[in-house]
Amino acid sequence: MSTVGLPFPPFKTGTGRARVVEEGCSVMQDTARVATTSAPVQVRNLVKVYGAITAVAGLDFTLEPGTVTALLGGNGAGKTTTIAMMMGLVVPTSGEVSVFGADMARHRHRVLHRMNFESPYVDIPMRLTVRQNLNVFGKLYGVSGLEARVAELASELRLGTLLDRPYGELSAGQKTRVSLAKALLNSPELLLLDEPTASLDPDTADWVRARLASYCRDRGATILLASHNMVEVERLALRVIMLDKGHIVADESPSELTGRFGRSNLEEVFLDIARRTENAGGELARDTQA
Amino acid sequence: MTPMEHRSPHLLMQTGLSATWRRMRAIILRHWYVIRSSWPRAAELMYWPMVQMLTWGFLQKHLADTSGLGAVAAGLFIGGVLLWDILLRCQLGFSVAFLEEIWSRNLGHLMMSPLRPWELIAALIVVSLLKLAVAMTPVALLAYVMFGFNILSLGFAFAGFFAILVGTSWSMALVSTGAVLRWGLGAESIAWLVGFLVLPLSCVYYPVTTLPGWLQPVAWALPPTHVFEGLRAVVLNGELRSDLLLSGLVLDLVYLAAGMVVFNMLLKRAREAGTLVQMGE
Repeated sequence: MSTVGLPFPPFKTGTGRARVVEEGCSVMQDTARVATTSAPVQVRNLVKVYGAITAVAGLDFTLEPGTVTALLGGNGAGKTTTIAMMMGLVVPTSGEVSVFGADMARHRHRVLHRMNFESPYVDIPMRLTVRQNLNVFGKLYGVSGLEARVAELASELRLGTLLDRPYGELSAGQKTRVSLAKALLNSPELLLLDEPTASLDPDTADWVRARLASYCRDRGATILLASHNMVEVERLALRVIMLDKGHIVADESPSELTGRFGRSNLEEVFLDIARRTENAGGELARDTQA
Repeated sequence: MTPMEHRSPHLLMQTGLSATWRRMRAIILRHWYVIRSSWPRAAELMYWPMVQMLTWGFLQKHLADTSGLGAVAAGLFIGGVLLWDILLRCQLGFSVAFLEEIWSRNLGHLMMSPLRPWELIAALIVVSLLKLAVAMTPVALLAYVMFGFNILSLGFAFAGFFAILVGTSWSMALVSTGAVLRWGLGAESIAWLVGFLVLPLSCVYYPVTTLPGWLQPVAWALPPTHVFEGLRAVVLNGELRSDLLLSGLVLDLVYLAAGMVVFNMLLKRAREAGTLVQMGE
C-alpha cells in the first residue's frame, strides 16, 4: 500500500498483536496482517476508478478469521465502494477481492451463502411482515430448519411481538433489529456491516453492539464494520483500517492508532486525519491521482 | 474443499435444481405476499384491462348494431384488446415486480444473496404469469358474459398467440429492467412506455396494409403483428394461419435471446459503473 506523501505519522503493517478486549471479538489472538490461505478476505491492490474520480486507489489488506475490523474514513473516502467490491456488487478497475478463496468479481455466487450484510441504506420490503421477510431471505440463503431459526432469532433479538407486523410500520430501532436478524439468518462466517447503528438511540445502539460482539465470539465470524461512530469502533474492533481518498492511511489496533497520533481516543484521531488532509492543500488528492 | 462445497450445518445445498427452485420460490413468494396482502393491488391489476375491454366491447357492439359488420360482432375488437392486454400486463407484471425491489430499496439484498441473476429473471417470469392470471381471468370472463366473446374459442390459435405475446413481453421487460439497472430510476419510464411504443406498429385493431409501405416491414419485424394478423384470419375467415404462428414464434426467440444479451450486458455495465449500490428512491 502506498502512503508516500501522506501528512500522517508513519505506520507499519503486519506488526499488530491484538489486544483482547472484553466486548470486542477476536477468536485469533495474532493479527499479523500477512495474506494466508485461511484468511476469509484478501484484498490485493484494489483500484476503482469512476471516470476521472479514483474512489479506491490500491488497497491491500487481509481480514483474519474471527476478528472485527473497522473500516473508517470520511465521506468519499472509499468505504462504500470497497465494501461493494467485497460483495461483488461493483467490479474493480484492477486488483482483486478474494472471499473464502473466490474472486468476487467473477465467482461471487460460490461464497455468497457464507456471508451477509446489514446497512441502514438498504431496506427490506416494507409491505411484508417481519416473518414473511425472514421466510423469503431464509429460502434465498437456503437456511435449514427455517421456522426454528426464525423463532430462535426472534427470541434472541426480541422480535417475538413484531413477527406478524409489516416491516414498514416498525420504528427505526425495531427495523434495525429485523435487519440484524436478516443478516444473521444464515449464520454467516463473514458479516459486512455498514453503519449498523446509524439513527438509533444510544440504548438500542448499545444493545446492537453487544449482540454483534456476542455473535462474533460465539460463531467465530469475521466482521467488517464501516462506521462513523468512534465509540462503536473502539468497543467492537480490534483493528482499524482508515481510508482517505481511496488510500489506506492507517491500519492498526485502536490503541496503536491513538498512541501514534498522541490522542486519547479514535474520535480525535479521526478529526486529526481529516484536518491534516484538508491542510495538506490537496497534496493527497494529487498523490492519489499520480 | 472448494468454497461452494463448503457447507454450513445451518444451510441446505446451494447447487442443483432444488436450490435454484428454492431461490426462485423465495422471489415468487415475496411477490405473492404483496398481492395477497392488498386487495387494492389485486384490483388494480384488473382495473385497466377491464376498462379497455368494456370500452372496445361497447364500441364493437355499437358498430355491429349500426353498420351490420358481422366480423366486428364476431369479436375482432374484443379479441384484439384481450390479446393486447396479455402482452402489456405480462410485460408490466415483470417490470413492476422488478421495480418494486428498487422502490423498496431491496435490490442490494437480492444482489448480495445467493440468488443468481437468471434465477431472478426466471422468478419474475413466473410472477408475471401469476399477475397476468389475476388480471386477465376475470376480464376474459366478463368479455364472455357481457359480449359473448370466448377467448378460448380461438382454440389452438390462442395457445400460439399467447406464447408469442408473453415471449415478446418478457423480451421487452428484460431490456427495460436492464436499462433501470444501468441508469437507475431515471430509466423507469421505459418500463411503462415500451409497450405503448410498439402498439401502433403491432396493428392490433387494423391490418398491416393500413400502414404506409415503408413502415410495413418494421411492423412485420415485430412478433405481435403476426399474432394480430393471425387473429384477423381466424375471426374473418375462420382460417388458422400456421405460417404466421411460426414466423411469430421464430421472431420471438430472436427477441428473447436479444433481450437476455442486452440484460446481461447492462447488468455487467451496472457492476462496472457502481449503479447497483445506488439503487433506490
